[in-house]
Amino acid sequence: MSNHDLLIIGAGLAGLRAAVEGVRQGLNVAVITKVHPVRSHSNAAQGGINAALTDRGDDWRDHALSTIKGSDYLADQDAVEIMCREAGDALIELEHMGVIFSRDDEGKLGTRAFGGQKKARTFFVGAITGSAMLHVLYEQSVKYNLSIYEEWFVTKLVKIHGKCVGVIAIDMKTGKVESISAKSVVIATGGAGRVFEPSTNAIICTGDGLSLALRSGAELMDTEMIQYHPTTLAGNGILLSEAARGEGAYLVNSEGERFMKKYAPDYMELASRDVVSRAEQTEIDEGRGINGCVLLDMRHLGKKFIGERLGYLQEVATEFMGIDLAEKPIPIKPGMHYIMGGIKTDSNGATSVPGLYAAGECANVSVHGANRLGANSLLDTVVFGRRSAVNSVEWVKNNKQIDIPEEILSSEKDRFQSILDKPSSGIRPGKLRLEMAEAMTKGIGVWRDEKSINNAWETVKNIRSDYENIYIDDKGKVFNTDLIGALELDFMIDVAESICAGAKARKESRGAHFRTDLKSRDDKNWLKHTLVNKNDEDFLVKTSEVKITDWKPEERVY
Amino acid sequence: MKAIIDVKRFNPENDSEEYFQKYEIEVEESSTILDALIKIREDMDGTLALRCSCRASICGSCGMKVNGSAKLVCKTRLVDISPVGGKVQVEPLGNMPVIKDLVVDMNPFWNKVKQIKPYMKPDSEPKAEYIASNESMTHLVDVMNCIMCGACVSDCTALEVDKNFIGPAALAKAYRFVADPRDDESVERLGFLNKNSGVWDCTRCYACVEVCPKGVAPMDRIMKMRDLAINEGFKNTSGYRHTESFVKSVGKFGRLDEANLALTSVGFFNIFGLIDLAIVGIRAFVRGKLPPIIPHKAKRNENIKRIVKKLENK
Repeated sequence: MSNHDLLIIGAGLAGLRAAVEGVRQGLNVAVITKVHPVRSHSNAAQGGINAALTDRGDDWRDHALSTIKGSDYLADQDAVEIMCREAGDALIELEHMGVIFSRDDEGKLGTRAFGGQKKARTFFVGAITGSAMLHVLYEQSVKYNLSIYEEWFVTKLVKIHGKCVGVIAIDMKTGKVESISAKSVVIATGGAGRVFEPSTNAIICTGDGLSLALRSGAELMDTEMIQYHPTTLAGNGILLSEAARGEGAYLVNSEGERFMKKYAPDYMELASRDVVSRAEQTEIDEGRGINGCVLLDMRHLGKKFIGERLGYLQEVATEFMGIDLAEKPIPIKPGMHYIMGGIKTDSNGATSVPGLYAAGECANVSVHGANRLGANSLLDTVVFGRRSAVNSVEWVKNNKQIDIPEEILSSEKDRFQSILDKPSSGIRPGKLRLEMAEAMTKGIGVWRDEKSINNAWETVKNIRSDYENIYIDDKGKVFNTDLIGALELDFMIDVAESICAGAKARKESRGAHFRTDLKSRDDKNWLKHTLVNKNDEDFLVKTSEVKITDWKPEERVY
Repeated sequence: MKAIIDVKRFNPENDSEEYFQKYEIEVEESSTILDALIKIREDMDGTLALRCSCRASICGSCGMKVNGSAKLVCKTRLVDISPVGGKVQVEPLGNMPVIKDLVVDMNPFWNKVKQIKPYMKPDSEPKAEYIASNESMTHLVDVMNCIMCGACVSDCTALEVDKNFIGPAALAKAYRFVADPRDDESVERLGFLNKNSGVWDCTRCYACVEVCPKGVAPMDRIMKMRDLAINEGFKNTSGYRHTESFVKSVGKFGRLDEANLALTSVGFFNIFGLIDLAIVGIRAFVRGKLPPIIPHKAKRNENIKRIVKKLENK
């Protein structure tokens, strides 16, 4: 059995940033990841990263206010303050590491506008900002000679005497199941888009970390807050960055009208994502859509400009839709994109389980509240990735390594064997996943109400009982993606139920959680976080107070 | 529409050798090859192993050979590869060992990337950001477009015969640092890349440029680094001598003086190289393929000379 001071699950931006910090702090660090680091979904962030650079007269407090207003006042304001204050240093550090951010005429870092903010403070690399950052953090991991369990799939967090002491994982290349002990563990497994269909998320975004945390007794917070991104392709759900609108693209309905003037006269296309998605869905529902979509029009930006600043969008539009963005508007619709909710942490990444930390999309600090601003997710990953590793140092110093008992390992092995041993008849995991994900999109969409939430939850519960009857074809050890898929589905069912539990509990509309049966925000009763716990079979929901510092809740108008 | 996909299979636990398996499936007109493969895996045959993730040509997981050449299958539509009902053959990437089915061992690939020291090496850092022109950064974005999918390495003809060649992906990555105005070790990097297995081992076959799904054009970056290496004074390579001798020969005879080109490339003081060359020479002589010791001049040599002069003065 190998052991480490700090084991990080996931090698996206949050995971790698935590790892680099852990190494710098002198810890024995390892990263365990089910895909090679550069395959992680941080790649898919396109538009940029927000930061208020004070040396050019920007004010982090203005960024904080935009973030809090964007969150529909559900973000914890002390955490938002930390993120916005540290943004400048985090950005400059990334630049020094080698990220090739776009420049202005003076050769300084250039900006573009982004949603929910009046000030342009989004720093970017074309429309591949996430990819450019991820590859640079991978470069840093090479520089620091980081040890990486590459293509290992974590199946269980091990808790002994109430503390997280390591993990059980499968080496996918060989099929070997091993325990890895660690004094502290950071979950940085990203989002859970596969719980919905369609989604902008990658096939790997199965919410593993959320379920791992839940099963080890950690709480999930505000799980009902699911972001529907305003500009995704119909069918496959592929994302077209908000950068398009940041650079001036219009949203147009079937009558050729820039409809956002009805919904957000001041911010227009650059209102918060939840607002724009609802506006689009209203247009579509009221018959001013085109085949279930509205149009994103950037013809006026010109071919050269599109190529230079939005090159990846042009690539996606051409390859997947056969549309030249300089020639034709592209049909888009709201699509599931991001989970604001996640493993509840404090502003240092600590969860309610001692020794267990979380950072990035899987975590909820909470800085995004009920709706995340575009370009705040990349910022979240590096700021809180770093902080989680810094914070673990003290814990590592004061705690001894604990060996993982053989019984825990063998009971996990038995669990996998029981899936392998299932008879060759029954239901394939892929089919169950699709059924569940489509029900989730239907029930917990841009709009939702008591009935739709109940329906979704009912379906997920049925899926859970059907899971007993799954079967897989692959009985082998080497790269058995069939088995991994079945285990991921097991995780996803937990995540889906947590989302339903949060959605059912919150009796109001706030940010991305818009209930057609309870249309207004209810600050009196619901300026609160929902906290989901799993207790044997049941998902229990409690609430906790939102931390308000300087910004009192106001009506949210864009 | 119906699609027939012929997939190269290999499971080290059961199979002694690779074989092709045909799958007939119903897909949408707009389906990509990845859509089809996922459908096969989810609905028909869960034993099929492949890597895939983002579905949007940014994660680089799904590099595979399609009808013989490397592609990202997530951005390759079935209808673009073959007419309805035509053959679509999918194989794992080349130049890398197969783990199972369409999954290759990319460790050799990443080890090459690590060889080029793929991280910024500045002498010192400014307090705020580095000042750099937008043009210099935009130029690098084209290289940063590389998603490390391995398509170029798969189809690299030089790697096929020389496993030690650093290869197009890692060399393009190296260019990203050599050309970065913020990096202070460009010269050292060029010194390393100028050695054996580096920039001079590319055979300029264009395969990498052709198959790259992200327009990175690795070979162009390699050629640029040759120029930069020469400009930095790294001239003691057979590659450089070859280039110089090539130009001289054309300038003088209007065509290649192959015998002299071989000699000058190896270098007159390179005893072992000369012995190797002598063996090749003898074998060529036996087969009647030895080039003339004194080359024939091209017809209208004067015109060619004028062109060469013009280019030299440019």
